[in-house]
Order: sequence, then structure tokens, then C-alpha cells
Amino acid sequence: MTFTERASEQLSQLDVLESHAIFVLREVAAEFERPVLLFSGGKDSAVILRLAEKAFRPGNIPFPVMHVDTGHNFAEVIEFRDKRAAELGVELVVASVQESIDAGRAPDLGPDASRNRLQTVTLLDAITAHGYDACIGGARRDEEKARAKERVLSFRDAFGQWDPRRQRPELWQLYNGRVRPGENVRAFPISDWTELDVWHYVQREGIELPPIYFAHEREVVERDGMLLATSRWVRPGDGETAYTETVRFRTVGDATCTGAVRSPAATLDEIIAEVAAARVTERGATRADDRFSESAMEDRKREGYF
Amino acid sequence: MDLLRFATAGSVDDGKSTLIGRLLHDSKQIFEDQLAAVAASSRKRGHEGVDLALLTDGLRAEREQGITIDVAYRYFATPNRKFIIADTPGHAQYTRNMVTGASTADLAVVLVDATHGLREQSRRHAYVASLLGIRHVVLAVNKMDLVDWSEAVFDDVVAAFLEFSSSLELQVTPIPMSALRGDNVVDPSDEMPWYKGPALLAYLETVRLDDVAPSAKPGRFPIQWVVKPQPGSSESRDYAGSIASGVFAPGDDVVILPSGLRTRIASIATFDGPLDSAAAPRAIRMSFVDELDIGRGDLVAPAGARPEVTNSFDATVCWMDGAPLRAGARYLLKHTTRTTPVIVRELVHRTDVDTLASEPADTLDINEIGLVRLQSATDLALDPYREHRTTGSFILIDEATNATVGAGLVR
Repeated sequence: MTFTERASEQLSQLDVLESHAIFVLREVAAEFERPVLLFSGGKDSAVILRLAEKAFRPGNIPFPVMHVDTGHNFAEVIEFRDKRAAELGVELVVASVQESIDAGRAPDLGPDASRNRLQTVTLLDAITAHGYDACIGGARRDEEKARAKERVLSFRDAFGQWDPRRQRPELWQLYNGRVRPGENVRAFPISDWTELDVWHYVQREGIELPPIYFAHEREVVERDGMLLATSRWVRPGDGETAYTETVRFRTVGDATCTGAVRSPAATLDEIIAEVAAARVTERGATRADDRFSESAMEDRKREGYF
Repeated sequence: MDLLRFATAGSVDDGKSTLIGRLLHDSKQIFEDQLAAVAASSRKRGHEGVDLALLTDGLRAEREQGITIDVAYRYFATPNRKFIIADTPGHAQYTRNMVTGASTADLAVVLVDATHGLREQSRRHAYVASLLGIRHVVLAVNKMDLVDWSEAVFDDVVAAFLEFSSSLELQVTPIPMSALRGDNVVDPSDEMPWYKGPALLAYLETVRLDDVAPSAKPGRFPIQWVVKPQPGSSESRDYAGSIASGVFAPGDDVVILPSGLRTRIASIATFDGPLDSAAAPRAIRMSFVDELDIGRGDLVAPAGARPEVTNSFDATVCWMDGAPLRAGARYLLKHTTRTTPVIVRELVHRTDVDTLASEPADTLDINEIGLVRLQSATDLALDPYREHRTTGSFILIDEATNATVGAGLVR
């Protein structure tokens, strides 16, 4: 029979990962009433947006994108967020941590404190207010060891909580998307990608990223072994000195807890070479929020974090 | 660079976490901050040196109890291959976890503790791997350092395993190793000159999976999503999905199942443009020369090599829920992109996973495997699991709790 004799194309591992991610996005769109794409402005969500284009064009992307905004942003990231949403013609929903604080839903930790943990309150409130039943995110299992046990479709109860002991078994590519009203899933289409896969894909696809991912000169202070960019919220404290350094960011998050790395890597080729040779994980290098304890991520996930 | 997915299985204390930690560590996949965290945890627990098992025990409950409770996925790459490890715990729920991990794996690494010899669980692991369609098994005989690197001990374990697995159509590659000391994991061992084969990583990097690749089988394309053209556009209506097996090309005569409508493929495309042909597992859009009333849940197959369409069929089911499966019970069945109610007509028999003997049974309890006769509310286009993983597999969902309660393999 002709179809068995046909020379078949050999897909690269990046093609296989891409096709799987597109499959997950289409499953979510087909099986849920009100999905939403969580968009941080970081490289992983930029990749997911491209995958969403690949999954649904020439039709519309069938869900809005939502940014959980801590108010502590890099200006470049907000600019990038607004530009990409406009280009894609998708609705942009901004859920504000400041509004949660003003409404008394989240504690005011002071203007300089990291609001990363508070995002959980804002996220869960937004899920309830909009009736979202699936939140698509860019989390990867290689990022952190609590994430290594995460499902592609991760069930959350009506309180938004993750119970690692009660996860649904996930077999083949048969994702169980059934939830009751008030419950939701977090969907992670790039679960199987590594940081290096993401960068190779960014390069292959020519995906635009906020400029803070590339080496630039910036005023920083060194705090707890991390380089934090000075800003309205990050000022040199006692014994700290601000100085200018050539840096780039490996992750994008709340500006008060996302550290920069000293790096001369100004092009994608240079970044890929740097990531391939890196000896420290991207979260270990740059995220103060994961350093609180051995199980910081596990605890935040249980509460309903991304 | 290609991709190899493998599952690891072992009993408690066989040293599986140590093996994976060693594989990641010696292939330079462990970052300094991860190693520092593990070194600190090891000291806190009073362990000597760095306990590599802690690299993979991710959750607090696991660290506190010293066990692994769930399938974890690990990633590493060498210049030759990218690897995805499904790390399946050998503790409680071993069948459920191993079925889950094996469902997406091309190969299994079954660990045996050389000081204990072959145990019942090793047999279950071999059986589950075989059941799930895995043909290549590495028999990792671990803790060889504790049996003085004895060739005789190794040979005994291998002989016992081969005797059991001879009926399972497995290609077994036995490797003696010490995960704790790093012998034959990434670096070849100096302690066992009698062993002439490769270390584990060298084997994983070079093994060729000579099973028929999904792209070399008859085509199967489950429709996942209908792409509606923009209003006023002259573009065709496209059907999006991922090719489950085989190769499709414009001009192919195809049949849409379960309806049986015949048509021809007009075009195949991705976001990046039209394709002359497309193979599994690529995500594509397909259009047809005829206007048809079709949608999500329908299956496209070559007109000359179609799967069986039926609402009554037998399947091997691995049960995964605390409430047992019973004859007469009703569930939801998800097969490819189609979900339909199903009734258990008969529980034909249960399989004793230790002896592989069939025995009569009224229920399937959690972690039990049996043959059931099912009747579905709508017709399904089914292939035998042994021939097609995607169109031969399904999950059962409890309608009340929405839990995934069973994994099914079409006979």
C-alpha cells in the first residue's frame, strides 16, 4: 500500500515538542468553556503565544490572555505585552495585585516587598470573577523539582489548590479535561521543554522577546547573592551600593525578586551558548522567591500559584 | 537530534532515585545550585556525602517519608539525543504509576537489587512494560558493589528474569552496575572486566528502536478542532489535529469514521505553509475536496486500511481508582478526541500480574488488570493496541467525580 511505502519525514525533537504543545492547546480550546492564557511577558509565554498562532490560525485564537500584574514591572515587558496582544488581536485582561491590596484581599507588605506570592490571591480572584475553567501557562517540568510531578492538565479544586497526592493519572495523550463549576485546570503545553529547547525554538521561529533578556548595561544592587535592578521599588539599602553592570535576565517576574545575571550575551547565539554551558538553574540564579525553603514552590503551588 | 522517552521502574530501595540522580549528575545535567541544595539536605538528614536520590525526590511528603509518591518527569540531553525519563515509583500504586509512565515510553529500565535477586515486583514491571507496548527493556542489576562485583550473581538474576519474560516478547539488555558508585551508569566500570557490554548511557544513546515507527503504519488522523475561516474569506474549512500514525498527502482517498463518508484530501498545511505530505506525530490542518458534516471526534483513515468501527469490544483495563470496577457500571470513555458513555458488559477475567494467570473476578480493584467487554453509546474507530498505541488506547472517567479511573488497551 502506498502509504506504508512512503518515505516518512524524520521530525526533530523540537518539531515533536512543538506538535505536542499545539495538540495540548487545541485540546484545551475544545474541552473547556472559558480558557485563558496566562501571559507574563516572559520568554515562555512568548513561545506559547506563537504556539497558539500555530494551533488556531487562520482562525481566531479562541481565548483571551491575562496578565497578573504585580505593579512591580519592567517597563520593557509591559510595552512588549501590549504590543503582542494588539498584533494578535486577542483580548488582554489585566488582573492587578494592587487592586487586590486596595480591596483588602491581599496584605500590603509595603511598597518595596516582593508581590510574587500575592499574585496567587489576584489570580484566584480573577479566575472566579471571569469564570475561567482552564488557565494555560508556560511552566516547564525542568524548572523546579515540585514541577517535575506536575501534570500537563493539572486539576485544581474550587479553592484553586493543588493536591499532589490526588492528581489524575495522565496516560498517553488522553487528557481528562472534565471539571465541575468552580474547579479549574492549569494547562502546561510546554511541560516537556527545557530552558535550552525554549531558546532554540525562539531562535528557529524568530520570536520577539522583551529586550531585557539580552545583555545591556543596567544599574544594579547586590542583595542575597543576587543582582537586582534598581528601580522605584529597589533602592540600595544600608551597606549596599548601586553600580552599573552588563547584565541580562534569564526569567521575567516581579521586579523586586527577579535577579539579573552578569552576561555579555547580546544575541540569541550567545545566549544559547551561555545557557548550554550554565551551571546554575534559571530559577536558582534569578528567583529569590524559590529560595525560601526546600519546598517554596511546592507550598505556593498548593495555595494556587501558577 | 532525536528524542528517546524511557520509563524507570524498581522496587523500594532498589536504588532507582540514586540511579537517576547518578545519570543526571554524571552526564553533567545537575546544576550547582541543585547540588548545593541536595548536599545541604543530605547533611540535615545525617547522610554521609551527597545523597543523589534527593535530587529526584521532589515533594516534602516524599522527603519526609523517604519515598516517591508520583510519576516524575526528568529531562536530559547529550550531543546525540534528548531524553525524557518517566520516573515511576515502585512503592504503593506501583501498577497505576508504571502504566502511566510506560504509556508514553519507548523503552523501560527495570531495576533489580543484586543483593536481593529477582523479586515479584520485577516481574510485574516486565509485564506492565510488555502490556503497554514497550519492546526494549534494560535490566539494570544494581548494587553490584555489595555482591563483590560477582558475575555469578549477575548471571543468576539475568537468567531468572529471562525465564519469566520469555513469553513477553521483550528484547532484554542486562547491565550490571552500581548507581551509588557510578559504575556502568555513565562511566564504564573498572570493577567488572567480565562485562563486555556498554554502560547504561552509552546504550541509551545508541539504541535503535526497530519497532515499526508510528509514521510507517497506516494513517490515522483524529480530528481535534475545526478551524473556521475568517468571515468573508474564501479559504476552505480546515480540520486540525495531530497525526496519530502514518503519512498523509493531498490526493489520498480517505474515509471519515465512524460515519464511513468517503472523500479525498485537498490540502495539508501548518501555520508555516502547505505540505506535500505529513507524518506522525505532526500537528497539521487538513481540508477535503467535499463539503462534509464532520468534526471533533471523527477519525480520518486511508480508504484501504481502515480501523474497525464498533460499539462493542474487548479491552484490557488497568484500574486506577479506589472504587472498584464492576460489571454493569457506566463510565465515560475518552478515545482519541471522542468522549462517549460506556457500559461494562462483562468482566471476563482478572490477570494475576505475578503469575500472568487469568482468574475469574467480580471486580477490578485499584492496581488490578483485567479483560472487560465494553459497549459504547456511539461507534468508535478502534485499532488493536498492539498495532496502534493512539487509536488502540482509551481512558475511563468516573462521571460523578470526573476522576480518571481506568486505562484501556483495545484487544
